[in-house]
Amino acid sequence: MESLSFPLLSFLVFLPLVGVLVLLFVDRENEAVQRWTALTVMGFGFVLALFVYGGFDPENVGFQFEEQYAWIPGLGISYHLGVDGISLLLVMLTAFLGPICVLACWTDIRSRLKEFLVCLLLLQTGMLGVFVSLDLVLFYVFWEVMLIPMALLILIWGHPARRVYAAVKFFLYTMAGSVFMLVGILVLYFYQARTTGTLSFDLTNIAEVPLPFSLQLWLFLAFGVAFAIKVPMFPFHTWLPDAHTEAPTVGSVVLAAVLLKMGTYGFLRFNLPLFPEASVFFMPVMIALALVGIIYGAFMCLVQKDLKRLIAFSSVSHLGFVILGIFSFTVQGVQGGVLQMINHGLSTGALFLLVGMLYERRHTRMIADFGGLSTPVPALTTFFMIATLASIGLPGLNGFVGEFLILLGTFHVKPVWAVLGATGVILAAWYMLWMVQRVFYGRVVHEENRGLLDLAPREIGLLVPVVVMMVWIGVAPTTFLEKSEPAVAHTLRRVQESVQTAQGRNAPWAMACAAWDHLTGK
Amino acid sequence: MAVPVHYYLIVSALLFGIGVLGVLTRRNAIVIFMSIELMLNAGNLSFVAFSKALEGLDGQLFVFFVMVVAAAEVTVGLAIIVTLFRNWKTIFVDEVRLLKG
Amino acid sequence: METAWVIPALPFAGFLINGLWGRRLPKKFVGWIACGAMGLAFLAASRLLWILLQETPTGRFWEPVYYTWIRAGDFQVDVSFLIDPLSMVMILVVTGVGFLIHVYSIGYMHEDPGYPRYFAYLNLFASAMLLLVMANNLLVMFVGWEGVGLCSYLLIGFWYEKQSASDAGKKAFIVNRIGDFGFLLGIFLTFWTFGSLNFREIFEAALVRFPTGDAVVVGITLLLFVGAMGKSAQIPLYVWLPDAMEGPTPVSALIHAATMVTAGVYMVARCSVLYALAPFSMGFVAMIGCTTAVFAASIGLVQNDIKRVLAYSTVSQLGYMFLGCGVGAFVAGIFHLMTHAFFKALLFLGAGSVIHALSGEQDIQRMGGLRSKLPVTFATFVMGSLAIAGIFPFAGFFSKDEILFETLMSGHWVLYGLALGGAGLTAFYMFRLVFLTFFGESRMDPHAAHHVHEAPRTMAVPLMILAALSLTGGWVQIPGIEGGRVFGAFLDPVFHEASQLLGHHGGATHPPLWLEGALMGVSVAVALAGIFLAYGWYMKDPQRPVRAAQKFARAYRWLFHKYYVDEFYQATVVNPLKQAAESTHQWVDRRFIDGAVDGTGSAFRSLSAVVRRIQTGLVHHYALSVLAGACVLLLFVLAL
Repeated sequence: MESLSFPLLSFLVFLPLVGVLVLLFVDRENEAVQRWTALTVMGFGFVLALFVYGGFDPENVGFQFEEQYAWIPGLGISYHLGVDGISLLLVMLTAFLGPICVLACWTDIRSRLKEFLVCLLLLQTGMLGVFVSLDLVLFYVFWEVMLIPMALLILIWGHPARRVYAAVKFFLYTMAGSVFMLVGILVLYFYQARTTGTLSFDLTNIAEVPLPFSLQLWLFLAFGVAFAIKVPMFPFHTWLPDAHTEAPTVGSVVLAAVLLKMGTYGFLRFNLPLFPEASVFFMPVMIALALVGIIYGAFMCLVQKDLKRLIAFSSVSHLGFVILGIFSFTVQGVQGGVLQMINHGLSTGALFLLVGMLYERRHTRMIADFGGLSTPVPALTTFFMIATLASIGLPGLNGFVGEFLILLGTFHVKPVWAVLGATGVILAAWYMLWMVQRVFYGRVVHEENRGLLDLAPREIGLLVPVVVMMVWIGVAPTTFLEKSEPAVAHTLRRVQESVQTAQGRNAPWAMACAAWDHLTGK
Repeated sequence: MAVPVHYYLIVSALLFGIGVLGVLTRRNAIVIFMSIELMLNAGNLSFVAFSKALEGLDGQLFVFFVMVVAAAEVTVGLAIIVTLFRNWKTIFVDEVRLLKG
Repeated sequence: METAWVIPALPFAGFLINGLWGRRLPKKFVGWIACGAMGLAFLAASRLLWILLQETPTGRFWEPVYYTWIRAGDFQVDVSFLIDPLSMVMILVVTGVGFLIHVYSIGYMHEDPGYPRYFAYLNLFASAMLLLVMANNLLVMFVGWEGVGLCSYLLIGFWYEKQSASDAGKKAFIVNRIGDFGFLLGIFLTFWTFGSLNFREIFEAALVRFPTGDAVVVGITLLLFVGAMGKSAQIPLYVWLPDAMEGPTPVSALIHAATMVTAGVYMVARCSVLYALAPFSMGFVAMIGCTTAVFAASIGLVQNDIKRVLAYSTVSQLGYMFLGCGVGAFVAGIFHLMTHAFFKALLFLGAGSVIHALSGEQDIQRMGGLRSKLPVTFATFVMGSLAIAGIFPFAGFFSKDEILFETLMSGHWVLYGLALGGAGLTAFYMFRLVFLTFFGESRMDPHAAHHVHEAPRTMAVPLMILAALSLTGGWVQIPGIEGGRVFGAFLDPVFHEASQLLGHHGGATHPPLWLEGALMGVSVAVALAGIFLAYGWYMKDPQRPVRAAQKFARAYRWLFHKYYVDEFYQATVVNPLKQAAESTHQWVDRRFIDGAVDGTGSAFRSLSAVVRRIQTGLVHHYALSVLAGACVLLLFVLAL
């Protein structure tokens, strides 16, 4: 494992920062150079990610490509990176979308392109850092760092009408959740210090310390709130439609494709392994929220008049599936959840890209302003159709495999949950196809739509890789599933062991006792 | 012949009190500034006095720090006052209420 | 048999070529590529049949495995096929009839600007359908199952500029999704019960582990049948099929008559072992099938759109197939499936030819007297009608009669009676169609009448071939003659376990010949009665139907409005859901949940409005408070 002395992950994470440095020296007027710089950096990042992917050994359960240096040794904070099968796929997704995002904003951004690209690159560093950091402080730093460029993207390049509202809401809401996580991290740290006498924020060390049930419950909630807001789970979802609607295209793409995954990733990386018994205890609650999210999100989609809002609510529904899968605690469910994270990134990312292309042409996102677009823009329609079908889970495309595995896993635990979850699939077909019908079918009713230009080669070029990945995952998902399976099985082992011990416990009482003990200083 | 240490302290306290009064009552920013200097130097006086009385060098060392900080503060402070004057044509602090909530 | 994959791969390649470059290729190539792909697939299927026939009857079972599709934990599904007599019949029907319809489409769609798109979709459909019938496990079957649903959606909404067409496409997809919901749950239950989705493994395990009538098997079979209800347009999910007639007519022929809608029947036959273990499900299937058969036939009596009449007749005939499967006569069900594919494709293509000739007119009230102007269409259409009505010696006679016969033999008197009545209705409405379209005075728009022309050769030849098949297709399964059951003998090994469970023992307990003959006589008599009634009403006394409609006005209105089922669904499902969504969005999402979020923000803001007064902006105040603070601290320290 230590054979690779080359710090591949650090390079991968900080490469975008190098891009930022280079951009600082590029003349403001010289936009072409700025674009190409960003594209080269992102492209190179993807190549690095491919090296990580190629060098990853699926047989190995633990973290790979590990790098560990003391950072603030006095406090036990270290710079510790590493990937396992779960984070590997998300790193790949992030790196894959990097160049696509740069291509997508090629002509879209009219003002302050340089700053925009700097934000995008910073964001990339933050997101990759979140997925690969194995030290809680490092994780938290990346987690918060990533918020700033995202908020700036919305604040500066968003739609003038409500961008401040959306950016502030996004920032404060997610920040408010993160604070709970920070407290949770500190509690973990001090608990470990007290029981073992070592000072360490290292995830691998902390995971070794068994936590009492009552403490697990509190910590699960503390981490859970942060992640649930990020996912976003019902009822913490209301920042999402606003943020998506007001963000520029690339902002929406990154937000949907990668940022939301951090919540689900967090559950999988922290809540399940660190608080297994609490996870078992909270499973019904989480499942219930996930199911409500699936159906509620789908319902909200039915009445949206704004394309981006509709897709945002569909994200709520789709990520409900991911949570459902993760908290089914079956290999199928969790594997489906992991794959669904990637799927949602691809299909919703593609939908936002396409809506962005429409917006660039028509300067509106309202469904009512379109209609009959199939005639003027057939290629765009085709891509939109493919993304829609992927999103509603047509077999042969990516979405199906994830949803199928999730529901399969859930069915094993409680068939009713799968039944309720599967209604989301029906509703998805309804709202998505209805939307497609209103936008692309029928006659052209608005004269402005008649002369719309179809996709340019650049746009086709950035969509084709996404479609290829959709088909690949749909047709041969084992390529990816086998990478994450050992890690998933490993994560689940601890949870499943706890299923027995967690039963029959009076959790509210335990929580109250823990709180009382704490307050009285025992 | 040693002057008892409380003599110094009384002078220091008087100086400090004058400084406080000056900061609280005067409107002219430069005068307020001078009053602050007065307070700082009152502190310095106590430091030196104690240093002498306790026969340690720590107090004197601190005085150097304070003087350096005071010098830096003067630089920044005067720059602010100049800017203030340029923008508002006044150096009366109650005419500038930028921090009003 | 490793090369079986080329059969679905050929049309898929056609789809890719036409889908990617079709718009830049000359029209001629597009048609050739599409038809060529289907033709080659048919040849490959024929070769496969030839190889299959070399085997002994029980050895006709191949499972070529290609690769692992999904694996997670102990769940594994391979992409692999199952070649046995049952799938072979389906492959041949799909590629054969499909090829003819492709050829027909060259003529029919010639003028359409979406020509390459049309052929791409059609090829994609054929590919998905072949995947469906060749799959050796439920999940790969489901891929084809949804794939054909997608193509159906795309082709129904092919003329997307028409609101009704895109509505119908969407409706088809969503209603199918509701069925697929059941199918999917059936798959889950199957996997967690048997630990596999492979048909062979499921059946082997089921036979060992479950007694007849076990609740789990009943559950699985009922859930799977929900999927079949959607795909094969049975009550209560049939509503999409009549609307599907918005698509181009060859599509209706291929997808909504000959192949896709029969997928449910195929699935039930494929899972015959499971159904045989679940008598309750069998009864349910038979009941739904029979009810649908009569229900749809009754609506077909009064419809005026030529394609809608055929659509309801398809729903009705699918009901017969399910009835056959439900009473344990799987061979009869599949046999009817095959003959139906021939004559219903023929009828649709004939209708298409009429529509083509009349420049798009579909209302039979505005046709008439076309017999002399469209002789080929007329002759073939009448043959198709005779076949569907069940007149000896046409194909439909043999297959429908076998279903009726088996229904009676299994002791379902009531179902037999209903089905027989339905057969009479079928004969009546089909000949109503024939008489109104081809006989009598012309009621055409004079402008349209001027342009009436017989179909071009690409359309006429498929019609003739299908007409021949509608005549001879039934001769592979002639009852009562030694060696007459060629088709049954071919399929029997597939249904061996099921028929043992059900107590059928091949031809051993065959009923007396006289009974079979008598029942045949009854069937033909009923059909002839229907035809004569139609003749009496629509040829001899054209005012008669009008008077009847006035006399039974209420009944007529119910039939004409299709029992108001669409309106019922709209009012009880669609609208309430939309309204609930609307008000949830307004009240729960906007006001309550988001209100809480914004409320938190504004609570802090109003709190700060109070606190902000402390910030006067006067340096003196700040300095004073610093002093005060210092004093307090000092006092605190001193006091301690």
